[in-house]
Amino acid sequence: MVYDLIIIGAGPAGITAAIYAARKKMNLLVLSKDIGGQTLWTGDIENYTGYQIVTGVELTEKFREHIDTYKISVNENENVLSVEKLKDSVIVKTDKEQYSAMAAIVASGKTPKELDVPGEKEYKNKGVAYCATCDGPLFAKKRVAVIGGGNSALDAAISLSKIATEVHIINISDGFTGDVIMQEAVKGAKNVTIYNESRVKSIKGDKFVKSVEIETPQGVKDIVLDGVFVEIGLVSNADFIKSVKKNSLGEIEVNCACQTDIAGIFAAGDVTSVPEKQIIVAAGEGAKAALSAFRYIIGAKDKV
Amino acid sequence: MDRKITVYSTATCPHCIRLKEFLKNNNVVFENIDVSSDPVRTDEMVKKSGQMGVPVIEIDGEIIVGFDRDAISQKLGI
Repeated sequence: MVYDLIIIGAGPAGITAAIYAARKKMNLLVLSKDIGGQTLWTGDIENYTGYQIVTGVELTEKFREHIDTYKISVNENENVLSVEKLKDSVIVKTDKEQYSAMAAIVASGKTPKELDVPGEKEYKNKGVAYCATCDGPLFAKKRVAVIGGGNSALDAAISLSKIATEVHIINISDGFTGDVIMQEAVKGAKNVTIYNESRVKSIKGDKFVKSVEIETPQGVKDIVLDGVFVEIGLVSNADFIKSVKKNSLGEIEVNCACQTDIAGIFAAGDVTSVPEKQIIVAAGEGAKAALSAFRYIIGAKDKV
Repeated sequence: MDRKITVYSTATCPHCIRLKEFLKNNNVVFENIDVSSDPVRTDEMVKKSGQMGVPVIEIDGEIIVGFDRDAISQKLGI
């Protein structure tokens, strides 16, 4: 069977695209690792129109309820391996199946960037963590490091400084890039030590993390600790699509109608080159991508 | 059949909230351990699961790490 449209991802961009496509009665399939994407991991959201305040979990539930009111096939826990244009169709291969559609929208978002140092993979969830809000409480009265210098790193450092005995911030540049108000909070905490112009060389331990080896301007040193929180930004989930044009950050380049450089392949949300990574921006881009795809499919059907 | 089900979680982690909602929606009775306020049970979770991520669910002595809906459904027959 050939679908009209396959949407990859079910964060705010993918879900909004699916709702718009369903209302245009498109024959539609959604493929995603999860529902909500980064929205699920966001704490309090105070800038999504219509909600003065809503948590990421609540907004994700609202998204799920909304998509459930339409008869849309949503395949969760399915990983897309490749997206390719073949003649007039788009072929999407996953770890379970191969699908064909007239058009596709890539709305696969971003995920936290990894350090890519020895020990990181081995000790994931054994001291290495990527979500201070989630896993922070397990490090009460323990020693931790936060890697990074942006807002998410500072936010993690502030919350960890309240429960951990020591917080070491390892920051690759010569100063923090996060908001000044957060920088002040970090600098004011007595149990926080800052290492600027420093990078992690390796993470060591036995069953669990025991230390990190860091390179500082003063030389290489080991810090004995129990936890390492990696907060060094995000990476685009676009490795599975090779053929489209991307920018230097690995984001898919789109024009103002969410078209990529390949006809029939559209993209929306944080995976694209569109500036401002916001839930409401991603949702709006998803709507645009679905309507653009609708126009493209009508045109393609007319040609046959 | 009475099962012993324990969920180790924190109040703020999204998958903990989703896991607990999932169990409640399926009328599964469970004991919830908030690891942020119970260091003894936290150590117990770390020892049993061999890792430090939440959520962890223990069903009749068997440990499942994360909100693995398929594995949990299969184990509980729901």
